[in-house]
Amino acid sequence: MLKLNELKKGNIGIINNIQCKDHVKVRLMDMGFNKGDKIKLILVSPSKTIKAYLIKNTLISLRDSDAKKIEVEEYYESSSNR
Amino acid sequence: MKVALIGNPNVGKSTLFNNLTNLHQHTGNWTGKTVDIAIGHYKDIELIDLPGTYSLIPHSEEECVTYDYVVNGKYDIAVVVCDALCLERNLNLVLQTLEVTDKVIMCVNLMDEAKKRSISIDTYKLSKLLGIPVIGMSASKNEGINDLIHTIHKFKTNPLTINYDNDVEEAIMCINKKTRFESIYSLMKDNNKEVNLIRNHLLEKGININEQIITKKNSITHSIAKQVVTNINYKHSIWDKILTNKITGIPIMITMLVSILYISIIGANYPSEWLFKLFDYLGPVLEKTLLSIHIPEFIVNPLIYGVYKVTTWVIAVMLPPMAIFFPLFTILEDLGVLPRIAFNLDGYFSKSNSCGKQALTMCMGVGCNAVGVTGTRIIDSPREKLIAILTNSFVPCNGRFPSLISVITMFFISRNIILKSLLNATILALIIVLGIFMTLLVSKILSKTILKGVPSLFILELPPYRKPQIIKVIVRSLFDRTLFVLGRSLIIAAPMGILIYLLTNININDTSLLIHISNFLNPVGKFIGLDGVIITGFIIGIAANEIVVPIIMMIYISNSYLIDITNLNTMKQILINNNWTIVTAICFLIFVLFHFPCSTTLLTIKKETGSIKWVLLSILIPLFIGIIMCSFVYHLSLLFY
Repeated sequence: MLKLNELKKGNIGIINNIQCKDHVKVRLMDMGFNKGDKIKLILVSPSKTIKAYLIKNTLISLRDSDAKKIEVEEYYESSSNR
Repeated sequence: MKVALIGNPNVGKSTLFNNLTNLHQHTGNWTGKTVDIAIGHYKDIELIDLPGTYSLIPHSEEECVTYDYVVNGKYDIAVVVCDALCLERNLNLVLQTLEVTDKVIMCVNLMDEAKKRSISIDTYKLSKLLGIPVIGMSASKNEGINDLIHTIHKFKTNPLTINYDNDVEEAIMCINKKTRFESIYSLMKDNNKEVNLIRNHLLEKGININEQIITKKNSITHSIAKQVVTNINYKHSIWDKILTNKITGIPIMITMLVSILYISIIGANYPSEWLFKLFDYLGPVLEKTLLSIHIPEFIVNPLIYGVYKVTTWVIAVMLPPMAIFFPLFTILEDLGVLPRIAFNLDGYFSKSNSCGKQALTMCMGVGCNAVGVTGTRIIDSPREKLIAILTNSFVPCNGRFPSLISVITMFFISRNIILKSLLNATILALIIVLGIFMTLLVSKILSKTILKGVPSLFILELPPYRKPQIIKVIVRSLFDRTLFVLGRSLIIAAPMGILIYLLTNININDTSLLIHISNFLNPVGKFIGLDGVIITGFIIGIAANEIVVPIIMMIYISNSYLIDITNLNTMKQILINNNWTIVTAICFLIFVLFHFPCSTTLLTIKKETGSIKWVLLSILIPLFIGIIMCSFVYHLSLLFY
């Protein structure tokens, strides 16, 4: 189990849990961060404190301070599936 | 018939609105562009363009506007515009809207882009699953718009209803508001005894009601998307790698902004000159005409040498640079570059407890601080928005660049031609850096004192790059930004014209009122390394920063109306004759950067914040900094001379 901000660039995670205040959680879920969804780290900003993730075919950026509230399980795509 | 347009940001909702109504209304490839509710007409249909929203559970002020309209507004049909490239997330808003009303039409826009990426969407099946009309559309190419009109006229639905788990349904029944949506919304948002009781009761059973409600919708959107969308894929843009790269990202962005600024300053010179010539020619003609119809001279003179002179002056110097800057900036906006800038800079701004979007409002501030202040609407958190408003005038606007450049050229540049422009640019850059540094410092101080708070959740979507519609960009940015600002500043410039005329023409003891005022202010001016004339120039120049230097020159050469001195050597001689030294020049540059926002910006701040308190603060903060810095420089220099 990882925190979302610990995901490595290009790697995919599966969202397992969001642990934060309810109104923040509602927002994240409304933006597409749902349990069981695949999420991939695409871009890291120059300051490294905000990163852009691919989720539901959109590129959404989150600060590490927010991303650490999201737990993900690392997901390994099997090569035949690509 | 009233039709409300709803949709996530960046789905081309405003493009559809514009194509239907031909109203000049701005569309930008930027999260949450249309802030006020825009209204337009297509034949017998009245269209209401609501601010882009991700959800009917609002997070920002803008989204509250949409929420409020969707729930309480009187409309006949709600059209939810969706992005074909990420249908699943967009479906969430469709489902939420369906809970409020069953009069919903779904538009799947950007079908052309989806096709390009070989994503296909079965709109027929989608319509069957949702029980509402679904229209495939490429709004920018005008495809599907007729279908929409047709559907609006022959509207029929039998929408699906979302049934939650038994526990949640029971809770909804318990709340029992007027509508089902109100009950659901109340369960999710309200914080009263009744709701808390139900929530806690469910929590004991291990059920989080918010999570249940959203998860249910998500599982529906997920299953629908799975059935109707095939071949979903994301196209990675090489530009994202370059623009957000550690080494290339920030330099490229600085280069882009500097080039835009350079083009607007240099390019504006010619049209400015033409406008001056035109107005110089028209002035006397107008004067003769007015006199010939027997309007007395004591009315004509203030009109011509006061109002006409000052307003045409403001138009001639203000219009060209803005008319070049904003279309160029809007092209960047339409391309989708701006969210990337915010992404790159967020790290630095979050250290000041602010956010990357503030960098964008600063970029707009370079064009015009009033536009920068309006631009702060893109910032979700009200606290961070206020910080951005209060510090916006720390970046010099188009109106201040000419003063900065001419004083730098006169006092800091040697005769060496090759080094000249380089040195000029370097000093100018240093001034801008000082402005940025002060913005960050003051933002930090504000966030620790009167605007205390923790950074809120910051979510920034990086939408795909899109080809800007150049002609539309030019027309719209001209109308929406340039003419908007020009209009506001002329409201102040006209009465200021009369004031200047009166001040220069009413004499007491053979000296004009203006001279009396500047003599009176002289001790204050001297204390901070300037003089009374310069202070007077800044005070009257509150109408527009562009007229500060002309007013100073007018007083120095005892002229009774504004005069354009194009020859810098003549100008420098006049300044030196009036005791300007290099220290005066430095203090002047600092004071140009930090004094008070112009009246147009102040009006805009009043409109955005609705409170005179923030207007006063936006005057006092930069003024305080300016006075401290100038007097420090001046008194330090006294030690050496």
